[in-house]
Amino acid sequence: MSLIRGFVAFLILLVAVVLQVTFFPHLAWHGVVPDLALLVVVAAGLTRGPQFAAILGFVGGLLLDLAPPADHYAGRWALALVVVGYVVGRLRVPGQGGRPEPVMVVAAAAAASFLGTSLFALTGLVLKDPVVSVPDMLQVILVALVWDVLLTPLLVPALMVLFRRTEPARVSLA
Amino acid sequence: MAGREKRWRGLDRLEPADRSSRSTLVALVLTCATLITLDHVGGALDPARRLVGEVVGPAEDAANGVVAPFEAIPRWFHTKSGLEDRVEELEAQNAQLKQQVATTALDRNRLAEYDGLAGTATTLHHVLVPAHVIAYGPAQSFSQTVTIDAGTSSGIHADLTVLNNDGLVGRVLSATRTTATVVLLLDRHSVVGGRLGGSMEVGFLQGRGELSGGATLDLKLNDGAFVANEGDTAVTWGSEDGAPYIAGVPIGKVTAVYSSPRETSRRVEIKPFVDFTSLDLVGVAVPSGTRSDRGLVKPGKEATR
Repeated sequence: MSLIRGFVAFLILLVAVVLQVTFFPHLAWHGVVPDLALLVVVAAGLTRGPQFAAILGFVGGLLLDLAPPADHYAGRWALALVVVGYVVGRLRVPGQGGRPEPVMVVAAAAAASFLGTSLFALTGLVLKDPVVSVPDMLQVILVALVWDVLLTPLLVPALMVLFRRTEPARVSLA
Repeated sequence: MAGREKRWRGLDRLEPADRSSRSTLVALVLTCATLITLDHVGGALDPARRLVGEVVGPAEDAANGVVAPFEAIPRWFHTKSGLEDRVEELEAQNAQLKQQVATTALDRNRLAEYDGLAGTATTLHHVLVPAHVIAYGPAQSFSQTVTIDAGTSSGIHADLTVLNNDGLVGRVLSATRTTATVVLLLDRHSVVGGRLGGSMEVGFLQGRGELSGGATLDLKLNDGAFVANEGDTAVTWGSEDGAPYIAGVPIGKVTAVYSSPRETSRRVEIKPFVDFTSLDLVGVAVPSGTRSDRGLVKPGKEATR
């Protein structure tokens, strides 16, 4: 059962990553696309807590790092999404039926987007992976932030429902 | 993992969960650092990259196949003014391309003419000022003259030889600052000292005042007894200091020989090499060292050609 749940989560990540590189480039603004994998991790963090989200972030980041168009050092997105997953997981409303406020969800997504993209950019800066100037980086980070905030109301609630449904404790209690 | 999670939530103890998630975080961050290091050192992650590529690549391909038709939807909608703009733009582009196609032959011919002129300069060992014929004198004036677009500022003055890559064209009659008038060989008043290449016989070539059609020149040989051969080539005889004609410029070919008993000399008909109805690029032979505001065609070394 838990294997199937893990598989479902992995499938969601896979779809997110594939959509991120196939569908959204058609809508890209200045080449920046929304971070779907990051939004999946945010939704997981808000429903399932830091540990699950960090692991999901690791898997999703690794997919982003290794899936075809990627050219950077493997592990950079993984690192960024692990931290994002953990931090957003800490924001989860404790308790059984705790549901975050909609404003809280958007704020969490915005913070996560900023944190994730910045971390990725920073590792790039440290490793001199693609040599990009800081103003360019900031522009990309801000555009990505706007994208993610725009897509949050459309995606995150649905993903949160999905993650809540597949939550082991809830399933056993229901 | 799921089992453990159930237990934490069931017991509702936050402390161990916190500690556990923190250790997970540390483990994952360390894993990431390891991965980055491995990839930084190089090569170690290539198999993993390839494997993921083998799986995700087809998925991306399939997703793109699904997405592509939807992506095309915005292109179905155009505003009328947008379409009009596009039609206008394409028409302009089309006209430009048509013009390019139409002038390709002209450009190619011009290039060939310049090449020929450069060759002529080399053969004659003479410096030439390149010029274009810009006007033809009307036949009503009963003189065959043309205007070329080079004048005194290019170093051209009266009594210079004008030729093109086929042969002799005429001589400069007068020159203004930017243009010059050239009397063609065909003019009734044009007389050129000529020599038959095959026999070195000399004579005078006179125009007949006809420009169109098979315009010919009359060659009157000084030696009345000599019979010219058909097909023999006439070249200029040359004058002192190369004015008005420099020596050795080909003029034309003997096409017919007439002998009239009343006159002491024989009349030889010469067909000029130059096609006077389609004159374009000509060269004016100027003395070496002439100051000119345009590029001169200088004789190159024979060996390099």
